[in-house]
Amino acid sequence: MKKLFLIFFLNAFLINKSYALIEVDITRGNLDPLPIAVSPLHVDIKSEDYEDIKIKNLGSNISEIIENNFRSTGLFNPLKKEAFVQKPDIAHLKPRFEDWRLIKSQALVTGKILIKDGKLKVEFRLWDLAAAKEMTALAFTTTPSNWRRVAHIISDKIYERLTGEEGYFDTRIIYVAENGPKNQRVKKLAIMDQDGANTKYLTLGNELVLTPRFNPTNQMVTYMSYFRNMPRVYLLDIETGTQEVVGNFPGMTFAPRFSPDGKKIVMSFAKDGNSDIYTMDIESRIVERITDHSSIDTSPSFSPDGKFIAFNSDRSGLQQIYVMRSDGTGVKRITFGNGIYGTPVWSPRGDLIAFTKMRKGRFYIGVMRVDGTGERLLTENYYQEAPSWSPNGRVLVFYRETKAGAKGEGFSAKLWSIDITGYNERQLKTGTDASDPSWSSLLSK
Amino acid sequence: MILNKNLKNILLVIFATLILSACSTGKKSGSVDGDVYTGKETVKYLASGVPDRVFFATNKSSLTTASRATLRKQATFLRKNKKLNVTIEGHADERGTREYNLALGERRANAARDYLMTYGISGKRISVISYGKEKPINPASTSLAWSQNRRSVTVKVN
Repeated sequence: MKKLFLIFFLNAFLINKSYALIEVDITRGNLDPLPIAVSPLHVDIKSEDYEDIKIKNLGSNISEIIENNFRSTGLFNPLKKEAFVQKPDIAHLKPRFEDWRLIKSQALVTGKILIKDGKLKVEFRLWDLAAAKEMTALAFTTTPSNWRRVAHIISDKIYERLTGEEGYFDTRIIYVAENGPKNQRVKKLAIMDQDGANTKYLTLGNELVLTPRFNPTNQMVTYMSYFRNMPRVYLLDIETGTQEVVGNFPGMTFAPRFSPDGKKIVMSFAKDGNSDIYTMDIESRIVERITDHSSIDTSPSFSPDGKFIAFNSDRSGLQQIYVMRSDGTGVKRITFGNGIYGTPVWSPRGDLIAFTKMRKGRFYIGVMRVDGTGERLLTENYYQEAPSWSPNGRVLVFYRETKAGAKGEGFSAKLWSIDITGYNERQLKTGTDASDPSWSSLLSK
Repeated sequence: MILNKNLKNILLVIFATLILSACSTGKKSGSVDGDVYTGKETVKYLASGVPDRVFFATNKSSLTTASRATLRKQATFLRKNKKLNVTIEGHADERGTREYNLALGERRANAARDYLMTYGISGKRISVISYGKEKPINPASTSLAWSQNRRSVTVKVN
């Protein structure tokens, strides 16, 4: 990943928040999204084309990506450009607030780009139209090939300014791309930008691969592969492509996830019909056994402070969710509702655990507090599982499969996302069928 | 001989289909008892009369009476073929989470392996691998298909 240089900040971060009139409440489902106008970024006339990047359309391309990001949150309603009342360059200098208010917009995004000497210079401003004020502004320089990331970073800054929470647009999702008939699926690791752009395949499909997960601190990935017909957990550096088996286990290792500091992998190891939870320190290679029980213990997930691990176990008979200290002591069952529970995943904020629930032949994605109280089921379907959190803890991505006919026809697997309020469920664009999504942390942090 | 075997298999499949179509309701519907598959469809043979697979109830890895009978036949066959090694593949149906199903498939494969070992087959001759829900033999989304997919399959490796 090419580095993005923040060159200088404009004044806006100094504005006291209490002056802001617009605020987006994201604590509940937002049924009345904020109307926002995203002006095409003005292209400086001194600009040059760069490689295959045509400067002419770049300003409107960036604004469209920003609009798509905003629309996907369900919190914003980007207005149609036909109604826009000012040219991008003039609006960027000083909007005619009363005219923009006429088209019922509450916020306006303007900006300017310049490509010169192989560098892309960007600046943008966010305007509060009712208060007739600049709310935030930022300028930076990067390489022109980063232009999509520029759009995502602008989106993140505006989201942060309007909602008071960290954005999640300059992120990627790693997942398993699926092809072929249901009983002969070919699976490859794939990675894409959060908005579905820039899909890359990281494996060729020669062996079965499952459950990739991002390291929260860097661009490493852990996943499970059936390479040489030995199902094991692997560690993959997605920048260099180098990979290695995790640990030296005489049997199947699976269900890997990183610790929040990125230094350990927690996973299950299956031996003689019994699966228990282990950790391995990536640097020292020291392996520790965390659970020792004759039942199946799997799907471990660390709390963001690293002190606890949630996991699922069938020690009570059927799958339920348990929490223990990260050394394996103090095991406590937290789910007692009707149905069976799997795939606990601790929110990056630490306050919630997302899970899959199975009941009466239906599958639910839900969230609960970390002591198991306050269960809220967000979505119900024929089959869905494996939630993964957006880095700000607002959105879950998961996969959903459809019911197949007698020969497997009609089967599909797709990625979906839903807000933790239960609103704004939507399918993510993927080039192929897809499963096992994992959301990265912010790239530019 | 080969013709005979094929013919026998075809007859078994026809027979199973007939039973299925004859009674499709009730607890013991055709080839499913409780929710353990008892039919012959999808079954292959390590040798004449030695079925390659056993079936399980939902979320369970315990062996039924019929499964134990099948595994005793496999044990007899393996005792006669001392140089033969096998892999037992454990599988789950699609109605569970992927990770739990990997563990469940491993537990099912080991249930079959343990039983073979109690009949004198060395554990060194039997490796196990779990495929979880990744390799359904029947891709349909029906309870019959799921019962056929909850299985452990003994496969010759040499």
